[in-house]
Amino acid sequence: MSFDVDVARRLGAQNIAVRFATGPGLTALFGPSGAGKSSVLNMIAGLLRPDRGHIAVDGETLFADGVDLPPERRRAGYVFQDARLFPHRRVAQNLRYGERLADETQRWIGFERTVDFLGIAHLLDRWPRSLSGGEAQRVAIGRALLSGPRFLLMDEPLASLDSPRRAEIMTVIGRIRDELRLPILYVSHDRAEVERLADHMVEINQAIEDASHQ
Amino acid sequence: MLSAAEWAIIGLSLKVSLVAVAATLPIAFALAWLLARGRFPGRMLVDALVHLPLVLPPVVIGWLLLIAFGRTGPVGGWLQDWFGVSVIFRWTGAAIAAAVMALPLMVRAIRLSIETVDRRLEGAARTLGAGPWRVFFSISLPLSLPGILAAVILGLARSIGEFGATITFVSNIPGETRTLPLAIYSALQVPGSDGEVTRLAVIAIVLSLAALLASEMLARRFRHDDRTGHVL
Repeated sequence: MSFDVDVARRLGAQNIAVRFATGPGLTALFGPSGAGKSSVLNMIAGLLRPDRGHIAVDGETLFADGVDLPPERRRAGYVFQDARLFPHRRVAQNLRYGERLADETQRWIGFERTVDFLGIAHLLDRWPRSLSGGEAQRVAIGRALLSGPRFLLMDEPLASLDSPRRAEIMTVIGRIRDELRLPILYVSHDRAEVERLADHMVEINQAIEDASHQ
Repeated sequence: MLSAAEWAIIGLSLKVSLVAVAATLPIAFALAWLLARGRFPGRMLVDALVHLPLVLPPVVIGWLLLIAFGRTGPVGGWLQDWFGVSVIFRWTGAAIAAAVMALPLMVRAIRLSIETVDRRLEGAARTLGAGPWRVFFSISLPLSLPGILAAVILGLARSIGEFGATITFVSNIPGETRTLPLAIYSALQVPGSDGEVTRLAVIAIVLSLAALLASEMLARRFRHDDRTGHVL
């Protein structure tokens, strides 16, 4: 089982509750904006504490009764909608940030290969503010891969891009799914995008309604 | 152009200010962090206390320091018993007065900078494997650097200009507590010392302008770097 998630969290007036268990490959978390999809990713990454529930990825429990791994020990490769690169570090230093922190046995992809795979060799000396949206997103994906993650969380990675860039990043994500064989949880509100990429689909609105009937 | 005594005054002023700012910086940072990030009862009270030196007459601060650091005072008695030292009438006392007066300005500058740090970047660093302390030193601290530098410059400028609390607390002793503003004041009391007053005043203006220019240059540099932390 790649993702085994059953969490609930109250945020202000909103009740976020979702439950799903999916096999290998790319799981799309699909639903309208504001449905709490990003909050679900934050709970899996350890950035937001669920009120109750459990989270396990690839058989390892990240959160349950009495278990709450801090984010730095969950080994999630989190790619944010806005890339979220560190503005005071050049691209190379951004890429190295997680790589340097990962245990040698946890790294499964090298710097050269990552840079090559994503086609970002010419960007290494640049500052994040000088990158286009597509470039920044590729660097963010590289930064996540180099931290030696056991799974990827992708939060609308195409949302801030124009359509040629979208196609380009979508190809990259397809290759990560097929060549690197990493469980991916992919958040989107775009049905076409999801249908092209996803092996499994979870509709988050449905999940919330299910929970409220219990 | 300047006499040896005047150079000594400049040297003393710089020593007092540098020691005051260096000693205050960690305290100011800790308070700024607490006020920017902390959620605890009494936060408003801490905020108000930090700002007191900004709004109280400096002579009142000097008087409070005199009570606290006097030989029988709560802090002064302790210093006397344990270390056999007293800061009254000493340059170290002048540094303490300058530090207290500079504290609110420094806390404000650093706090503004901490508040502009995007906390989502800290979350991103956590997911990449960094523990809370590493996130602090590799992300939060460097991103609040503009505010820290601004605080140092503001603190130095405020310390060099400090007068009321200093003269109340440690008096006006040549070579020990007579810093630049006190020297100007003393010279004004002596008939026929216009030349000395002018020279000392020009030094004060030059030092203040240098501090302003330095802060402006830093602000520009960081604006250019697109780290939104410039605070001056």
